[in-house]
Amino acid sequence: MLQIKDLHAGIEGKEILKGINLTIRPGEVHAIMGPNGSGKSTLASVLAGRSDYEVTGGSVEFLGKDLLDLAPEARAGEGLFLAFQYPVEIPGLSTINFMKTAVNEVRKYRGQDALDAAEFLKLMKEKMSLVNIDKNLLTRSLNEGFSGGEKKRNEVFQMAMLEPKLAILDETDSGLDIDAIRIAAAGVNAIRSKENATLVITHYQRLLDYIVPDFVHVLYNGRIVKSGGKELALELEETGYSFLKNEMNIA
Amino acid sequence: MSTITTIKDKAQQLGTATLDALQPVRTAALASFDQLGVPAVKHEEWKYTRISQLFNQSWQLGVDHSNTDADWQAFRLPEFETANELVFINGVYNEAASTVRSAGLVVLPLEEAAAGEYAQIVSKHLGHSGKYLKDGINALNASFMVGAVFIGVKRSTEIEHPVYIYNITDGRTGNVFAQPRTLVHVAANAGVVLVETYGSIGVADHFTNQVMELVVEQDARVEYYKIQNDTSRSSLVSTTHFRQVGKSYVHAVTISLNGAMVRNNLNMVMEAEHCDSNMYGLYFTSDSCHVDNHTIVDNAKPNCLSNEYYKGILDGSSTGVFNGKIFVQQDAQKINAFQSNKNILLSDDANVYTKPQLEIFADDVKCSHGCTVGRLDEEGLFYLRSRGVTEASAKSLLLHAFAIDILDQIRHDALRAYVDQLISERLGT
Repeated sequence: MLQIKDLHAGIEGKEILKGINLTIRPGEVHAIMGPNGSGKSTLASVLAGRSDYEVTGGSVEFLGKDLLDLAPEARAGEGLFLAFQYPVEIPGLSTINFMKTAVNEVRKYRGQDALDAAEFLKLMKEKMSLVNIDKNLLTRSLNEGFSGGEKKRNEVFQMAMLEPKLAILDETDSGLDIDAIRIAAAGVNAIRSKENATLVITHYQRLLDYIVPDFVHVLYNGRIVKSGGKELALELEETGYSFLKNEMNIA
Repeated sequence: MSTITTIKDKAQQLGTATLDALQPVRTAALASFDQLGVPAVKHEEWKYTRISQLFNQSWQLGVDHSNTDADWQAFRLPEFETANELVFINGVYNEAASTVRSAGLVVLPLEEAAAGEYAQIVSKHLGHSGKYLKDGINALNASFMVGAVFIGVKRSTEIEHPVYIYNITDGRTGNVFAQPRTLVHVAANAGVVLVETYGSIGVADHFTNQVMELVVEQDARVEYYKIQNDTSRSSLVSTTHFRQVGKSYVHAVTISLNGAMVRNNLNMVMEAEHCDSNMYGLYFTSDSCHVDNHTIVDNAKPNCLSNEYYKGILDGSSTGVFNGKIFVQQDAQKINAFQSNKNILLSDDANVYTKPQLEIFADDVKCSHGCTVGRLDEEGLFYLRSRGVTEASAKSLLLHAFAIDILDQIRHDALRAYVDQLISERLGT
């Protein structure tokens, strides 16, 4: 589904990703862990198409297409979804109105007919109960004045509405207490299927108690330095990231 | 012969030919215009708005189009079937085209009002805006006061349907200069919704210099909307001067979407305690459109509240000017006066000049002001696009979101829908 080959990317002339290789197949859950500054969020941003970042080498193929060649909205149309670490507050735009536009533009991209008001409402109700979100939140200005947990739940709701093939969760656990993490994770798990893949980016292992990964990768200094099963996350939790520095030095 | 000489000659002709109760007012105004002249850019209040060049052009003045056919109807506002409609064509009130439906609403030629039952009100309030706008343009309007109108709302009546005021210019026989004038008196405990709009007929240059003065008595309520979406060859100076003489409520919203040069003067003179007024504005300009909003809040008495919020979206090589003056006189303690102006520039060639100006002589007041000028939020744009919304739609969603707290202030549903439609067209959605 996703094939990243020797990806190099940076910002303002500074290289941050120094050759990432990663393959994700349908149905898989991958976790990328790593200390601050290792390039986790850069990877998420590059995949979603944030224009501040410059790709200097390598390739990313998503469902047979050159992902890096696509505008951010086309990536979403193809089935990529990035849940933001810091969802943007937009006063004056409700989640419902936003989603009406987003769902129909994605449908248009995918060659599907636009949903009428009744169909949209039905879809919304279905997804609301799936991710357990309150309607009041959705009629309010997008993310404005939301708590950390509400913002992340809103991200998961939007994800459910857009039915992505690959969901990237960028530090979805950051700033959340354990209850909020549990709720957000439950939403993500409710959306998961055999056809869809998930890429969880996180600093801490605790989110992975709720979204259990098939593969764990350790990102350090712009490269994946270690890959393994879910036990690797637990190992990291025990030892911290300090071992990396030693290993890297030896290497 | 220079344009200004022609204008003065015309004013003189009109003045002598029309012997009515307003003649002394016109004569004095002409003398005043003679003395003040047309403001140049060195005039502090006209620093960013060049009006003098309009006076280098030749204009037809006082063109009577009382027989103008139904062309003005293209500018009718929604639900006009039930509304009161007052039509000015080339600055002259057209009674045949106008409809007054609501009981309690009085519409009279101003000179008739000045000579009859409303004589005292007219003599007390007509020309009050000139005390605040000492720039010749205001005087010029007064010197052409022919075909002006008095609008009265009778005591304790709630005018059920809005009063639509159409300021139409017909330029089919050449460039046209129009100067509509109205005096509005809202009596004690009365309520009214007034909506002003502008329209140009014919391919020519149009110049409207309009003055509306409103007197708001004790416990009266006025909702006032100004919708400007005229052609790119239509210039406008539009003065709206409120005088709150009793504890009263005014809610004013100004929406400016097009025009060559638009200058709005909105004055709120609060002469009684416990007055409450809102002033909201949205300007959304493109190409070479120039919109200037000058506002004055004058607090003469204690315990008043004024709330002012203007927002601008500027594209192309358009220009926005906001100048907000707030005076708090020495006796006006316990005043709350808030002011804010926020702008988004969509192009490198667009300009905004924004200036708050607070002059406070009382010591126990709460006043705030602030202004921002920025670009469309890149982070917000990326966020929306990452959810599959195209760049164009994402921009229009963000701009609509920016404008919505001003649009929400249009409390008249049909009018709100009408303005929403104009905004949507502009946003291309």
